[in-house]
Amino acid sequence: MSDTTNLPASKRLEIIRTKGRPTARDYIPLIFDDFFEMHGDRLYGDDGAIMGGVAYFRGLPVTVIAQVKGRNLEENQACNFGMPHPEGYRKALRLAHQAEKFHRPIICLVDTSGAFCGVEAEKRGQGEAIARSIMEFMEVKTPVISIIMGEGGSGGALAMCVGDELAMLENAIYSVISPRGFASILWKDASRENEAADIMHITAHDLVDLKVCDYIIEESEGGAHTDPELTAENISDYIFAALKRNLQKGLDEMLNGRYNRFRAIGQVQNDLS
Amino acid sequence: MLEDLFSVVKTRFNGDSSDDAPNSDKTNIPKGLVFKCPRCSVNTIMDEFTSNGKVCPKCGYHARLTARERLDITIDKGSLEEFDKDMISCNPIDFPDYEKKQQALREKTGLRDAVITGRAKIRGEDIVIIVMDSNFMMASMGSVVGEKITRAFEYATQERLPVIAFTASGGARMQEGIVSLMQMAKTSGAVGRHSAAGLLYITVWTDPTTGGVTASFASLGDIIIAEPKVLIGFAGRRVIEGTIKQKLPDDFQSAEFMLENGFADMIVERKRMRRTLAHLLKLHKPCEKGGWNNV
Repeated sequence: MSDTTNLPASKRLEIIRTKGRPTARDYIPLIFDDFFEMHGDRLYGDDGAIMGGVAYFRGLPVTVIAQVKGRNLEENQACNFGMPHPEGYRKALRLAHQAEKFHRPIICLVDTSGAFCGVEAEKRGQGEAIARSIMEFMEVKTPVISIIMGEGGSGGALAMCVGDELAMLENAIYSVISPRGFASILWKDASRENEAADIMHITAHDLVDLKVCDYIIEESEGGAHTDPELTAENISDYIFAALKRNLQKGLDEMLNGRYNRFRAIGQVQNDLS
Repeated sequence: MLEDLFSVVKTRFNGDSSDDAPNSDKTNIPKGLVFKCPRCSVNTIMDEFTSNGKVCPKCGYHARLTARERLDITIDKGSLEEFDKDMISCNPIDFPDYEKKQQALREKTGLRDAVITGRAKIRGEDIVIIVMDSNFMMASMGSVVGEKITRAFEYATQERLPVIAFTASGGARMQEGIVSLMQMAKTSGAVGRHSAAGLLYITVWTDPTTGGVTASFASLGDIIIAEPKVLIGFAGRRVIEGTIKQKLPDDFQSAEFMLENGFADMIVERKRMRRTLAHLLKLHKPCEKGGWNNV
């Protein structure tokens, strides 16, 4: 396996956009057994961009909540190109509380360019849905493990990344704004997206340095699409280790640890002038 | 998601400064002597606008205040004990010229970052107050905003005090990269703990409250109040217009829009804000043991 530590974000963007990159739909049967999908937020509707349910992971019942991208146009229409509406986040939260009730750990698979920006999303409170998701995941009394599979786009990804650990696939990115948006604000030129990506500190290695990401999961050589089974095995091994680490924690230790993961991030100083 | 947000905030009201509005700029009055309402385009003599609490006398648009102006009309005189006055940000992702930009803004605004926090009183009731100021980088949330707000909630939890937050923001601060996104989780976590302790948090939405701030602590108040006609939303207007390929109605993402869709409790005019807050604080004062028995 060649060392890709220094592969720039722009190259990784290419890899995660490669046609044929495995999605949650590919990974779930490779990693989990007997996945039983559940639908709806019990408030408004069912969002195709977030899929959730219960499954066995190496014999242990777990709740799986995944952001779904399509592999073709038809799938993409059904899942809105992986951009959730508020009802998606509310479904995720419903399943998280259900997991808490039945003492199942939660595995979140994150892959979105961002929460959907549209009239209906605003009307149904996209901001409120994300805010509540963040606040309540912080307090869910069961282990929460998040893995960014490809794109971790801003608040839309963060809503499912508030947990006890965050891992990223080797080529995944996680950012406050898309490289395209960054370029269009900074240089008024969205086409300078690659240049933007390379200065934004958004690769898994950057995020380990910034203490946002805890573990990096290796992909198969050249990117996950070259060998989805091998990549799925790596993900599975990570989940196994993460669950072992977190299932043995006491409740207070777990919740304080989760709070402090985020509490510690931010770089401030005193102005002495 | 935050794409174009800054420009949206600027252009939403100012963009089409239409000439067809009555009283529009035909008189060549020098800037600074009149207030031209970004909502209805009507000019008002600056003195009249100011003495009206910076509210457009024609349409009722509640213009932006500085954090100091907001504190002056909200809390008991001289009651502020400010927290973390000297806190400034580092440059976590080595963003080009970020230090320089901040320094220039510090000199221009007299603020060290985009939020003032502290302990204060409203009609004698002790509170923790948070006031954001859009004059500093559109009150975007980076390390300082996130840290000060988190500390304010933690202090309030420890001292068992209510929190009142006047929000205004363009969203997460792009210049601090992922660190700014994490401030959403940090602040929301602190709100959660304050709430779990049974304490009151009132959010007051002011112009403009958008992006990552809407998607974190600004949407989590027990009670959410908005000033009339202000801009409240998640995604940038231009981003949405780009997605749906059509122009959005003027009242989209306004306080009134949020009230209608069920995301705010009430719209309160500036001149009634202090007494409204005082009333709510009183209603939420912890009851003596025994409740009714002691009434």
